[in-house]
Amino acid sequence: MMSQALDNKLAVNLSSGNSVDRSLPFRMLTWLLIVSIIMLFAAFTSAYIVRRSEGNWQEFAFPQGLLWNTIVIVLSSVTMQLAYFAAKKDNFGALKVTLFLTFALGIVFLAGQWFVWEDLVAIKIFFGGNNANPSGSFIYVLTGVHGFHLITGLVFLLIVLVSTFNFKVHSKKMLSLELCTTYWHFLGALWVYLYVFLTIFK
Amino acid sequence: MANTNITADTDVHAAHAHHEHDEHHDEHWLFKYIFSQDHKMIAKQFLIMGIFWAFLGGALSSLFRIQLGWPEASFSWLEPILGQWVEGGKLNPEFFLALVTMHGTIMVFFVLTAGLSGTFSNFLIPLQIGARDMASGFMNMLSFWFFFLSSIIMFVSLFLQTGPAAAGWTIYPPLSALPQAMPGSGAGMTYWLVAMALFIISQLLGGVNYITTVINLRTRGMSMTKMPLTIWAFFLTAVLGLLSFPVLFAAALLLIFDRSFGTSFYLSDIYVAGQALPNTGGSPILFQHLFWFLGHPEVYIVILPAMGLVSEVLATNARKPIFGYRAMIGSIFGIAVLSLVVWAHHMFVSGMNPFLGSVFMFLTLIIAVPSAVKVFNWLATLWRGNIVFTTAMLYAIGFVSIFISGGLTGILLGNSAVDIQLHNTYFVVAHFHLVMGSAAFFGMFCGVYHWFPKMFGRMMDEKLGYVHFWLTFLGVYLVFIPMHYVGIAGFPRRYYSFTAFETFSQFADLNMFISAAAILAFLGQFIFLFNFIYSIYRGRRASMNPWHSNTLEWTTPVNPGHGNWPGEIPAVYRWPYDYSKPGAAEDFIPQNVPFSQTESSNLPNERDFE
Repeated sequence: MMSQALDNKLAVNLSSGNSVDRSLPFRMLTWLLIVSIIMLFAAFTSAYIVRRSEGNWQEFAFPQGLLWNTIVIVLSSVTMQLAYFAAKKDNFGALKVTLFLTFALGIVFLAGQWFVWEDLVAIKIFFGGNNANPSGSFIYVLTGVHGFHLITGLVFLLIVLVSTFNFKVHSKKMLSLELCTTYWHFLGALWVYLYVFLTIFK
Repeated sequence: MANTNITADTDVHAAHAHHEHDEHHDEHWLFKYIFSQDHKMIAKQFLIMGIFWAFLGGALSSLFRIQLGWPEASFSWLEPILGQWVEGGKLNPEFFLALVTMHGTIMVFFVLTAGLSGTFSNFLIPLQIGARDMASGFMNMLSFWFFFLSSIIMFVSLFLQTGPAAAGWTIYPPLSALPQAMPGSGAGMTYWLVAMALFIISQLLGGVNYITTVINLRTRGMSMTKMPLTIWAFFLTAVLGLLSFPVLFAAALLLIFDRSFGTSFYLSDIYVAGQALPNTGGSPILFQHLFWFLGHPEVYIVILPAMGLVSEVLATNARKPIFGYRAMIGSIFGIAVLSLVVWAHHMFVSGMNPFLGSVFMFLTLIIAVPSAVKVFNWLATLWRGNIVFTTAMLYAIGFVSIFISGGLTGILLGNSAVDIQLHNTYFVVAHFHLVMGSAAFFGMFCGVYHWFPKMFGRMMDEKLGYVHFWLTFLGVYLVFIPMHYVGIAGFPRRYYSFTAFETFSQFADLNMFISAAAILAFLGQFIFLFNFIYSIYRGRRASMNPWHSNTLEWTTPVNPGHGNWPGEIPAVYRWPYDYSKPGAAEDFIPQNVPFSQTESSNLPNERDFE
């Protein structure tokens, strides 16, 4: 419904009579929101580095699950891109399957992150409380805030998925899918960055 | 005429037609005035909220100025309002800290960020670049409602039994992080953090909209170098906000975790009443880095829109082209870039590496260069101008004066060696109240007086405006010039009372004087309030272009509807500062007049466009 409203708005709301490509403002809005998320994580990761350099930093081995989750989210980016190509060719069967797969992989990723938290608790790395060290707390914050944004991505994905079932996404009406693809790739790339970052700065 | 109903409305009606068949063609008042997606209405909503907060913030400052000016006085007469915060005729010292904190928070964020950027970016961006509305009216509406929600939470926190946040507007941990540290760090601090988180979301939603609108929705002919300086200022302000507000969000989130979830990002080795807290490994300096990474750009988020408004009003009322248009853009850009790399000058005495301190000192002092370029250009614009002294113009000139006076002390404070002596004294308070607080207020008043006719279709009263201006202008200088002196004498900020210090007793008169001037200046603002409300309903009716200005907003009808222009959006042919052009029939040529109509005044290089 929202994506339909979005596409409708493009048709009429911005009719200044001059602009050539009316999807430009919405692409720009998406990218700017992505910039704000980048700044948020830039703040977290630079805080991580500053805090780490001050010592009293507990080191521990990361759960293996983080690697698996990274593979899952990269796979979901692949299926998302396949969905985009399918929509461009009006191949609706493939579009629905790949979008659904992306959604499922997103859920798997979130569940995987939850299991990582459980593994962390099992090796006595806590978020807060008497035995918590910022090195562990930071892992929870980074995964948690990323997870929150991934949930917003899933909501967006669900909206697009519903509108594909209503035949509202096709080669002539790609904007909502395109924005969703951009956002989803960004969330994947953000996680890969966090994974590499955490691996380097344990 | 059918085509006067512009297309922006049609989808709104299409969506509601199913539910409200009997609805008149005009929008329902609920959607016109409350849940409006029209940028002009949202701007007015921000303005009225801003005015409300400004009076509240001013009232709080009057309260603590009474305490500072007359420390022996009895507060019993305020008991009906303050209740238990007055104990035996004395103001509760904890409440004094809460007053200072809330005054700062309200003024910096709710008035001079939301009230200033929210009002004028919203109002002027679409009107001056020639757009029907913002890129996303819905997000724009959300931006206001997040701000409104944030306002309610911050307002409610004033009435908590333990009082609102009291750790200073900079909320340094551990004071802000430990509920047992002071009453204000209990529920009040939680409310503060929640309100600020919502506020940041509101600012981001607004900011991305401003940037997108400026980049994508300019009318035909409106190149980036034909935009009025107001738009350049709003644009770069929004960019700054987009880059720095998420960092404050990160800082606030970690503080929330420290307060409520037992983490130790900012806390380490603390003893309360002889008992060691379990938190280890945290760093309070980390919070200062994160906070000031927003905190310093924030002062430019406050001042840049004011600079834009002032540039526009100065050129219009001096009837002269702005001096150094490109230098003005360059200096805004320079200020915006530099503002992101100077944050640690707030932390010279926080135990930072002195070498790092000199790097930040160097970067800080460089900001004087673009600031001086701007001041020079404003003065050169006024030079031998045919000045029309409207109230807005008085405020614009007042802005330049105050910005210079406050800016000069910034050069002193930027030096890390001098700052060791002056840090946390009233000298700092005087400096930033002049250069950022009062100057931004002057920019805001300048904007309100100048664009009031376009907002409400009526004029504000100029006589009352003059009285308001002189009261405010004199009030500001009478408050803050003596305050520098008090600061050099060594008075620290945020002290409840100085009666216990023998050295300070000789300055009691000066403090009384400052307080009297501050309260007088605050009372003067009620003249503005009366003028504002009265003029909305009873003001003289405005003409389409009362100030003979060049920019596009003055080509709209007196009361522009949703969509701004009834017909086609005008195209733009020239820059916005063709005032008093030699050979022209009148002393202004609006941006939408093509060169072919002004052959007598065209310059040699403009003949090609005829």
